[in-house]
Amino acid sequence: MTTPSDIVIDVEGLTKTFGARTVVRDLSLQVRRGAIYGFLGPNGSGKTTTIRMLCGLLTPDAGSGTTLGYDIRTEADKIKRQVGYMTQRFSLYQDLSVRENLEFVARLYGLPEPPRAARDMIARLGLSGREEQLAGELSGGWKQRLALGACTLPSPKLLLLDEPTAGVDPKARREFWNEIHALAAEGLTVLVSTHYMDEAERCHEIAYIAYGVLLTHGTVDEVVAQSGLTTYTATGGDILKLSSALDGKSGVDTVAPFGNSLHVSGRDREALEKALAPYRDDRAITWTPSEPSLEDVFIELMNRAKDNFQ
Amino acid sequence: MNAIAAFGGGFWRRSGAMLIKEFIQLRRDRVSFAMIVMIPLMQLILFGYAINTTPRDLPTAVLVQETSDVGRSILAALQNTRYFKITKVVSDEAEFDRLIRSGTVLFGIEIPAGFERALRRGERPALLVAADATDPVASGAALGALGPLVQTALAHDHALPESSAPAFQFRAHARYNPAASTPLNIVPGLVGTILTMTMLIFTALSVTREIERGTMESLLAMPITPLEIMVGKIVPYIIVGFAQATLIIGAGVLMFGVPIFGNLLLLAALSTLFIATNLSVGYTFSTIAQNQLQAMQMSMMFFLPNILLSGFMFPFAGMPVWAQWIGEFLPLTHYIRIVRAIMLKGATFAELHYDAAALFGLMLLATAIAISRFRRTLD
Repeated sequence: MTTPSDIVIDVEGLTKTFGARTVVRDLSLQVRRGAIYGFLGPNGSGKTTTIRMLCGLLTPDAGSGTTLGYDIRTEADKIKRQVGYMTQRFSLYQDLSVRENLEFVARLYGLPEPPRAARDMIARLGLSGREEQLAGELSGGWKQRLALGACTLPSPKLLLLDEPTAGVDPKARREFWNEIHALAAEGLTVLVSTHYMDEAERCHEIAYIAYGVLLTHGTVDEVVAQSGLTTYTATGGDILKLSSALDGKSGVDTVAPFGNSLHVSGRDREALEKALAPYRDDRAITWTPSEPSLEDVFIELMNRAKDNFQ
Repeated sequence: MNAIAAFGGGFWRRSGAMLIKEFIQLRRDRVSFAMIVMIPLMQLILFGYAINTTPRDLPTAVLVQETSDVGRSILAALQNTRYFKITKVVSDEAEFDRLIRSGTVLFGIEIPAGFERALRRGERPALLVAADATDPVASGAALGALGPLVQTALAHDHALPESSAPAFQFRAHARYNPAASTPLNIVPGLVGTILTMTMLIFTALSVTREIERGTMESLLAMPITPLEIMVGKIVPYIIVGFAQATLIIGAGVLMFGVPIFGNLLLLAALSTLFIATNLSVGYTFSTIAQNQLQAMQMSMMFFLPNILLSGFMFPFAGMPVWAQWIGEFLPLTHYIRIVRAIMLKGATFAELHYDAAALFGLMLLATAIAISRFRRTLD
């Protein structure tokens, strides 16, 4: 049972157009307190625009809603005090040191004793020994960590992270996600956009957006179940030839090679089986019914959305 | 691959590819495009018509201590030279001095008591012409015209006795800069010119730099208002500008022997106001420009009229009225009056309140534009 105060983000019908291009279309979203909410979608799907509307950096052309109970149209100032927003592009001062950047943020939010707040954060981030290094000289992983530290320094109630792990190596990514889980355990709500499928699985809930439209949302299992996809995995034989033969056949909605195997999915089980029938006799190929992966689901959703919105 | 092959095998094709790309980019960059047209055309028309090194119709005050027909004829003759334009007639000597010191008029002509009587007696009395020589270019030509005037001024005046010698003489007095020394004129103006250039550029880049480096997005997501950002960005440069002004004025005094007759504190206070005004203007450009290059270009377009129409290089009084109106909207115009008046004439605030108020007004205007132009969102 959720009460309204448990809902940190509650927006409805958000629409944003830039010129003739509608970047976000009629988007509604609810995020529970303490959740790690994954925001997935291909590049240019409207993730960044949505996040910016949630923290008052962009004004929606239509739709309304609240972040932390404050109106996103009229109370952006109040939202800004309690939201940590980590931009997609590194947006701290490259020509200030780690310590100076953190002290700047601490002063801006009016924290008592900025030098101490910065020192504590440096220790928490494991950046001790690098406090005097210029932010611009840090490696990608350390920059990401510093940016997260700067966002969390004023103890926000909500974190909006826009593709925080893009271009970061797997080890740094894992550490980053451990930190996000630690923050969520402390009661922070986190909305994080990504296009890594493995990161989606680390979220409590996910939403998938393509062409500015929110296509599905829920837990990973719910999203897979809702898709209604039937998937077969083919192994052995000439995967590439099979792939091009199946692609576009009626009943086959997505075909995707995964290493030495091929995932073939369709919404209509009967039509899919009919399409696959001619290939089932091929002895070189082993067919096994399987669960659709999140990626299968998303590719299928995206293909369908493309027909509807482009 | 040898050099000839490198040259023949595609040199023109590659140069051509680069050339086409540059043209496309130039066409998209509206401000650069405007620069190409505006700088030569607008500036040429503007300055070609506005600048006049032998200015006419210079504002002149007359101190009348005797009302007489002869006095009136002389004044009419002075106006007929078209160098002088009588804008004020006063009967109080203190008021007369104040008009010259504040720069309201460039010349003061005094008709002494008993002038007509002395004239009729053939005593060849003197008319005093006091000139503000802080800008020798402005006053020089007019003073030069006084000599021939004596011969012709009263030629047709029947009231005077016929005489081979001139009936009266002009006594010209070049105030404040009797030797017409150039440094005395240039150094105070240079203080303002150098400050305009450096202050504009400091702040013109400040907002565009944040946008270009991507730091603006997170700054906007933090709880800080546009005015707070502006104050935070301007104040450090007020200190820098103040140090710079001290340096230039100090060098002017020590190296060129330029005096400071007025109050040093008043000079410091009004210089600070001028610095803040220019920083506000630069900051305003920064909120309008799309990138650092555009901000620089805007600063240049603002800087040129400041130099040419402010009275720094060419006499302000010599410009046509429309150009003087443009000049009134340039901070340097007011600061040059202020700094020349304080340093060379020992003017006090009472004589400078108009220019001080104008600087303050321009600063408020720039601030208002900057705050309203500042995009609080990324829309």
